[in-house]
Amino acid sequence: MAGIRANTGLLRQILVGFVRDEVRKVGLNKVVLGLSGGIDSALVAFIAAEALGPENVHAICMPYTSSNPESEAHARLVAQACGVNFSLVPITPMVDAYFASFPEADSMRRGNKMARERMTILFDHSALLSALVLGTSNKTELLLGYGTLYGDMASALNPIGDLYKSHVWQLSEAMGVPRAVVEKKPSADLWAGQTDEEELGFSYRQVDELLYRMVDLRMTNAELVGAGFEAEFIETIYRKIQNSHFKRRLPVIAKVSNRTIDRDFRYSRDWGK
Amino acid sequence: MSDFRVVLAQIKPKLGCLADNLALIETRIRQAIADGNELIVFPELALTGYFLKDLVPEVALRLDSSQIQRLVELSRQISIAIGFVEVTDDYRFFNSALYLEDGAIRHLHRKVYLPTYGLFDEQRYLARGERFRAFDSKFGRMGLLVCEDMWHLSASYILAMDGATTLICLSSSPGRGTEGESLGSASAWQRLTSTTAMFLNCRVLYCNRVGFEDGVNFWGGSEYVAPSGDSLVRGTFLEEDSVVATLDEGALRRERIFSPMLRDENLFVTMQELRRIERERGL
Repeated sequence: MAGIRANTGLLRQILVGFVRDEVRKVGLNKVVLGLSGGIDSALVAFIAAEALGPENVHAICMPYTSSNPESEAHARLVAQACGVNFSLVPITPMVDAYFASFPEADSMRRGNKMARERMTILFDHSALLSALVLGTSNKTELLLGYGTLYGDMASALNPIGDLYKSHVWQLSEAMGVPRAVVEKKPSADLWAGQTDEEELGFSYRQVDELLYRMVDLRMTNAELVGAGFEAEFIETIYRKIQNSHFKRRLPVIAKVSNRTIDRDFRYSRDWGK
Repeated sequence: MSDFRVVLAQIKPKLGCLADNLALIETRIRQAIADGNELIVFPELALTGYFLKDLVPEVALRLDSSQIQRLVELSRQISIAIGFVEVTDDYRFFNSALYLEDGAIRHLHRKVYLPTYGLFDEQRYLARGERFRAFDSKFGRMGLLVCEDMWHLSASYILAMDGATTLICLSSSPGRGTEGESLGSASAWQRLTSTTAMFLNCRVLYCNRVGFEDGVNFWGGSEYVAPSGDSLVRGTFLEEDSVVATLDEGALRRERIFSPMLRDENLFVTMQELRRIERERGL
């Protein structure tokens, strides 16, 4: 099966243009993003630096005490490589203060809390710096729901939300994201040694091939089986997409009037821009 | 007919901002006049932006509105083709294109094919036009198309059979498809404009906008396609531009002599078969 490919030159031109245009049209010139040391945020930092100039990009690394020290080192490496501003805001004090009241909390609750803690820091810096928050979720994790609602999924603009992880790898390589970051195993970094692919139970390359055919090409189940995917795998992924759909939508509003927000009150976000 | 100079104004309208867009359009018109051009073409919905949704009634203009009359005035100095939202006396809203010349409205085309699939939702907000008519301009007989109209063979065919030798297509085409050598929607359009020109021995002026609306990019690439199907000049991708072309009357004449397919097109056979199909479908 041929791997899904994208024209990286085109992607780069469109995504750089997207950040430049969508930031400037709201009268701003700066962006802020969380830099985890992973490839997704590294790529977004590179795109933003090219779009607005590195001096207008603020990357914040927000480690927790259990984060792999290598992550912070990689975040610094990325910031240096693309020349963006870098600051460090550890989240251990706030997260630990909260869980002192809930010591029994499991790792999912702790992971979500950390993601949301980081979100509040980014949006606070948005106000501090007059900068828009850039999202760093890719299409694979958005479709699988492998992210925290109102946590890492929250942003003003997301340049890479329509790129599968496979595309993120390709574009990162083309844009010069440091090798160490491109080549390491993707990880949510909630604890040392955690990897996404182990937790998900399949590889990104595997699932991207399926998602591309299922979502983008709208192949039927029979066609997917014919293309070599196992029926059980297809079913698992379909359920993941379905069950995480709430994360990709705004909160549901009970309709009582003639014009309900987002149902029959419809405007683009770029209204008047 | 003699040669004439055209500018394709590849602009970036602001969504729902009539006054800002009108100012931008006027600047482009004045520049085109100063540069000695004779026709300026703007994109689909140049006065309003594209993803209007519920803004449609707020930005719609009557033909006798001050904004349209301002453009009509300017057409004393240069011919103008431009897209906007039109509101009629019975409060229907159309995705319309005007051809203005010598201080008058020469032609009004209301978009017939309103795409309502994928990322498009035009039929929810807009009324459908019901005619394709060629019209006379001082540069010869022309036809106006608005974006999706051109994806229907019959639209360009009717205009060519009605005598148009120049087809002007106003577009707001979203860019998508990054798997191949070039942007998927751009290559598709380029095949379409070239094939249409070749089939009908017509010149095609294609004006597409640029900029982003809610993350959707409009790819530009406005072009002049000669009756041979060759794209002679093409605007930049994804960036504002001003594409200047001289439309060569000699090239049109020669193409129609070398490849007289349109002359040989048999309207009688076409009509007879279309009537049969109409009958058989019980329309």
